[in-house]
Amino acid sequence: MADPLAAHHTATGAPAERREGRQKVTGTARYAAEHPLPGRAHAWPVQAAVARGRVRAVDTSDALSMPGVLAVLTHENAPRLGEQDDATLAVLQDDRVPHRGWFVALVVAETLEQARDAAAEVHVDYAAEDHDVLLTADHPAAYVPEEANGGNPATRERGTPDADFAAAPVRIDAVYRVPPLHNHPMEPHTSTAHWDGDRLTVHTSSQGTTAVRRTLAALFGLDEERITVTAEHVGGGFGSKGTPRPDVVLATMAARRAGRPVTVSLPRRQLATVVGHRAPTVQRLRLGADRDGRLTSLIHEVDTHTSRLKEFVEQAAVPSRVMYGSPHSRTLHRVTPLDVPSPSWMRAPGEAPGMYALESAMDELADALGTDPVELRIVNDTAHEPDSGKPFSSRHLAECLREGARRFDWAGRAVRARASTGNLLVGSGVASATYPVMVSPSTASAHALPDGSFAVRINATDIGTGARTVLAQVAADALGTPLDRVRIEVGNSDLPTAPLAGGSSGTASWGWAVHEACTRLTERLAAHSGPLPADGLDARADTTGTADADSPYARHSFGAHFAEVAVDTVTGEVRVRRLLSVFAAGRILNERTARSQFIGGMTMGLGMALTESSTVDASFGDFAERDLASYHVPVHADVPAIEAHWIDEHDPHLNPMGSKGIGEIGIVGTAAAIGNAVHHATGVRFRELPLTPDRILTALRERRHAPHAAMT
Amino acid sequence: MGSRHHTRDDAATAAADRHHSQVTLHVNGTPRTLTLDHRRALLDVLREDLDLTGAKKGCDHGQCGACTVLVDGRRVNSCLQLAVALDGSEVVTVEGLGDGGMHPLQQAFLDRDAFQCGYCTPGQICSALGAIDEARAGHPSHVTDPGTPSGRPMPLGREEIRERLSGNLCRCGAYPHIVDAVEDVIR
Repeated sequence: MADPLAAHHTATGAPAERREGRQKVTGTARYAAEHPLPGRAHAWPVQAAVARGRVRAVDTSDALSMPGVLAVLTHENAPRLGEQDDATLAVLQDDRVPHRGWFVALVVAETLEQARDAAAEVHVDYAAEDHDVLLTADHPAAYVPEEANGGNPATRERGTPDADFAAAPVRIDAVYRVPPLHNHPMEPHTSTAHWDGDRLTVHTSSQGTTAVRRTLAALFGLDEERITVTAEHVGGGFGSKGTPRPDVVLATMAARRAGRPVTVSLPRRQLATVVGHRAPTVQRLRLGADRDGRLTSLIHEVDTHTSRLKEFVEQAAVPSRVMYGSPHSRTLHRVTPLDVPSPSWMRAPGEAPGMYALESAMDELADALGTDPVELRIVNDTAHEPDSGKPFSSRHLAECLREGARRFDWAGRAVRARASTGNLLVGSGVASATYPVMVSPSTASAHALPDGSFAVRINATDIGTGARTVLAQVAADALGTPLDRVRIEVGNSDLPTAPLAGGSSGTASWGWAVHEACTRLTERLAAHSGPLPADGLDARADTTGTADADSPYARHSFGAHFAEVAVDTVTGEVRVRRLLSVFAAGRILNERTARSQFIGGMTMGLGMALTESSTVDASFGDFAERDLASYHVPVHADVPAIEAHWIDEHDPHLNPMGSKGIGEIGIVGTAAAIGNAVHHATGVRFRELPLTPDRILTALRERRHAPHAAMT
Repeated sequence: MGSRHHTRDDAATAAADRHHSQVTLHVNGTPRTLTLDHRRALLDVLREDLDLTGAKKGCDHGQCGACTVLVDGRRVNSCLQLAVALDGSEVVTVEGLGDGGMHPLQQAFLDRDAFQCGYCTPGQICSALGAIDEARAGHPSHVTDPGTPSGRPMPLGREEIRERLSGNLCRCGAYPHIVDAVEDVIR
């Protein structure tokens, strides 16, 4: 379509199509296991069958005698690894078993079938020890760490929260529970490693290959210049591919030992124990308020677990430092090290479980006050971040709530609930969302070519977010050129170094560097006269010192979710009928890919609310739900009408694009909105996720038999 | 040492012969004759032997649908199909849909932004094509009104599409856009 004004339109903001879309729908996009290399072998890991102890002996003779088997790596013969700071990557280095599922051997064979078959013939003898894997709120080993995840202080206190809670005329004191959750990206964690002399090339499924290269250099004692790590297409990560995982270490070891390329694609059943999980949380919320709903005291205390290998503390109380004004507050994390697999990042670590608890408690408070829950949140809106005292760079929570209420017809919710028929109880719920603005320094380069096109290079990673597309849009605007003149290269550690796709910070971090490189290139071009030299002109940028400069502002995205559910009183099934969310996340740079990210986050929140749950098995010591038939991610049938909207937000205190992150906020608060809707429908308050039929039916039966059963 | 190796290799070769068969598959219209390990799933034949990596391995266990392809016109989880049992079958993968260009459903996935990471996408597309044919052939689903006459084409509304595609997981949560794309091609 010819558009004479096209050149004057900005590329950012437009719904540009995904640059790699055609490859993905035709099946030609290559993921980490899909790089054909001559002589490539396959490896299959063997996992520890005890929760704690030592490997006494590994008998590999049967496995080694099987057809096609090239090597069996164990702690006795695997290459020794150098020091680095992630203990979960020190695989096959000693006889210690820190948790069930820890890797104890790796079989390398000509084919996948041979490797898998032989892995079953590796005989491991253990000296098992007693294990302790169950998180309880009063565990004797619990302690308050210095920091929770993300460098957040474990404890913050203002005023006299206990006294003011005790003195408040309206009080909520409730405990909420979120089970362990698994990321389960569709592409399992996979790496293909290939040595050429002392040069190493790795294709890996990762959210950031700069960090993978750095880690491999430390582990294998190589200069970074000798390592190339690519992640051209990545089948999702959701935090679990944020830093290197053991697959890349195993593949690199195996390739060195076998003397040929090796692919390690972790079997789905192994993922739960070796790539991290969202740690369970037990969260006690105490809200004290005056009669008009203003919070006077907010106490949010979190218990969670970590492994023996690392201290990872899910920062679930952190959103309570941001959301609502309250003169008195305490937010605290306690962690208990157990013989469990190591927890790690899962989409919106901290905010996702923490806002389930806070936003459920706010709903309980609205109930206790007889106030509309939308209005209660607006009453407690604040222009300053309560914990830091800093002004917000922008905060349009109230606008999100009002706009969502209008679009959802929140005012009609009582009428819709009364229209419940037969076995179905209908209810609506609301919850707020928030996610911090994060940004890291990055480098990038921009190159002007004599034919009038441009090449932008940056080691960003497109894990499905649309990073390629959005960065090309940012570049086109900074260069003042049509989008189709910009070529972009990402996903290779030989490109200018850049941070990972995580913390909803990718677009801000990479975009800033791309913007700066392209702006400099534009200046160079303006100063240049005559035709460009044959190799063009280029410019580089490094945002160290600017992107990571301290801001006098508190910077966060906000949002509001509205859910309508139908609860079947016979089957106990909760169905979400509608999920509608409104976000204020700065400038939206590509409405098409942004919508998909928001909806995707909301869908994962729906799963957190209704279907997703993992259980630490007290006897075996690892997760009972280890595949997709037992760990229920939402399917098509679970996801009906789902809508994401946003409001225009102009915030000059962010980055040159004016954007906030959007990858995670969709999951934050969704489960609370759905839980609050279930309460509206049934009159029963549920405080433990997920809201599965067994819990619903049990609670409905108890209420029927309670002496003074009351319906809302 | 050397002789021991010989013995083992000979034994392995003999064992391998008992465990391999020659199989012909017609893949995207091209006959492919291969000697296959009896344990090899169709998915691994496509990915490892034929370099058709469009079919994805998500769970290797029939639980995610990422490996969905069409065998003799019907959608299957190729990770659960032992290739040796498919001698003579017609296999169509995502690479074989377009007939040179792009299939209208592939174009609809692009138009609707019906994916993010793209890993489940080939399976979603093959599964949707299989589901459309099943509905056309009059196969009911769990959500089909029991009063619907059987054996006649079933209309595919959004609820039917969702139900029939529920064996194809998408962790990025592109479900509503996938349903939009499928609706585009059945209109």
